[in-house]
Amino acid sequence: MKKEIIYSLKGIYREDYQIEGYRFGGGEKSACIVGALRGNEIQQLYICSQLVKALKELEAHGAISHNHEILVIPSVNRFSMNVGKRFWPTDNSDINRAFPGDINGDTTKQIAGTLFDRIKGYSYGIHFASFYMPGDFIPHVKMMDTGFQSASLANLFGLQYVVIRKPKPMDTVTLNYNWQMNGTNAFSIYTNSTDMIDEKSARQAVSSVLRFLTRMGILKYNNHSGYIASVINEFDLMAVKTYDAGFYKRLKEPGDPVYHGELIAQILDPCEGTVKSEIISQTDGIVFFAHTGPTVMGNQVVYKIIRRMHE
Amino acid sequence: MIEEVVSVELPVHERLVVRKNRLMNKEENHSAPRISIVTGTHGDELDGQLICYEIIRRIEREKDKLKGIVDIYPDINPLGIDTGSRGIPMFDLDMNRVFPGDNNGAMAEYVAAGIIEDIIGSDLCIDIHSSNIFVNEMPQVRINDDTQEKLLPYAKMMNAQFVWIYSSITVLDATLAYSLNHLGVPTLVTEMGVGNRITPKYCRDIVDGIFNLMSHMGIWDDEPKDVNDPIISTEGEVTFLTAKESGIFVSAVDSMGRIGIGTHIGDIIEPIEGRIIQRIESPTDGIIFTLRENPVVHKGALIARVYGGR
Repeated sequence: MKKEIIYSLKGIYREDYQIEGYRFGGGEKSACIVGALRGNEIQQLYICSQLVKALKELEAHGAISHNHEILVIPSVNRFSMNVGKRFWPTDNSDINRAFPGDINGDTTKQIAGTLFDRIKGYSYGIHFASFYMPGDFIPHVKMMDTGFQSASLANLFGLQYVVIRKPKPMDTVTLNYNWQMNGTNAFSIYTNSTDMIDEKSARQAVSSVLRFLTRMGILKYNNHSGYIASVINEFDLMAVKTYDAGFYKRLKEPGDPVYHGELIAQILDPCEGTVKSEIISQTDGIVFFAHTGPTVMGNQVVYKIIRRMHE
Repeated sequence: MIEEVVSVELPVHERLVVRKNRLMNKEENHSAPRISIVTGTHGDELDGQLICYEIIRRIEREKDKLKGIVDIYPDINPLGIDTGSRGIPMFDLDMNRVFPGDNNGAMAEYVAAGIIEDIIGSDLCIDIHSSNIFVNEMPQVRINDDTQEKLLPYAKMMNAQFVWIYSSITVLDATLAYSLNHLGVPTLVTEMGVGNRITPKYCRDIVDGIFNLMSHMGIWDDEPKDVNDPIISTEGEVTFLTAKESGIFVSAVDSMGRIGIGTHIGDIIEPIEGRIIQRIESPTDGIIFTLRENPVVHKGALIARVYGGR
């Protein structure tokens, strides 16, 4: 393993900001793995740390195939993470809305631009991502529908689901989108935590990456073959919204089956404690996304359900 | 008449409400020409508040001159303005990066979709911004190069000092202006001043520009005003001056406007070592139309934008 400094920014009143990369193997630029782009992505940093640990051991045992380089970047935003902020601490801008970046642009654009220059050109790009809405997911691989995506490659991670997302305008400045547009097969892996460490899904994420790298011939490793994924379009997920606001009682977890007509959540009046409304499933299916948090607003998406899917 | 555009119930017995004030005379019908004035996307940009007030005040004073529909949306991010935050509290993405919105998306996307739906049908929209807390902007109109043919004539009527035509980049796809332009509502963006502050002179200039525009559109029955003949960016070149190193920026110029080549714009200093890290000078004869306001700069931070001849 070789540690390299990918980007450095002089701190004014704190130590310098740096992006550190951990390089394994050598030769062809095979796979690049990026962890926390935002300061609250603790789980994503943790997964990368476990991946670095695993790859270090595998490299020591000669398990990285000849002429393959793997680069892992656990944290792109330690300046935010160390002060408990989600976005860039001085101007609150989101590095994952600054790609492909601009090396002559504003600070976060320079960061994104320099980072992107270093990490483009890899055959496979994997980003441990977090969603912009607060909630839990079934662990899955997400790809942008850019016309360059390959669901069959995403299947090789062996996670239960592969989700294809039709990009919204705001997605066009993300790492995943720009990687794909630049010729890298890009995958975002979502686990069911962001601000806290979820050990189980972190292990699952690490295994899925090792499995993928093995199947692509980058690693010589033996692990469980995982799932044959169901490929779903994000657009086809049924969004379940609240009618009222108040305390939120979630009655289903990601991965739970739901049935048409079943009670899946309740909204309570925040001052009187009475049930203001009940949310009834309009379909049979499996919960893919579930809102977290003690309260909800009116008209808020609290579940996304894979319709007519059974366990 | 003040109307609700879109609302969201908040957890504890309160609603987020986006409102507009529709100004029209009773004898006008809904097919009359319509202009929408939108502001407050970012809660720290406040010039739009004075502009909305002043437009409404002037119209009410001479209401008989109103021959069309003026829709004023003073606060499309009401919680942002009320709490002094740039974005929507509890939603981390920039509101001007979620358009055209999504009825099945997060709260901000739902609100954005409601706003877009309400504005559609306008003959023109003006989206008023006040930079941010980091840089001060001369009153200017910004338009994308792919819409300049349609929008430049309107932009010239706005009494701005500068019209900046810049090439489309993907980050703009999710803005209100880009979305509306692509949904058939010609939309101009104005920028002026600096965040968390109101600059009355700039506001009055833009209000005069809006009345001039409304006269040309047949919405305001009055002689068009005598407005600034703005500098158009495509006639020259815009240079971005940025910090080469992190430090503290100390300005050497009192105000924006005309500047000569080599004029000292400011220094970036290193306080603990008592030295200048970077001396910044104008690379050209021209005008400074953007100038750093917040002194703390990291490498890459924008210090000034200078427009000059080719």
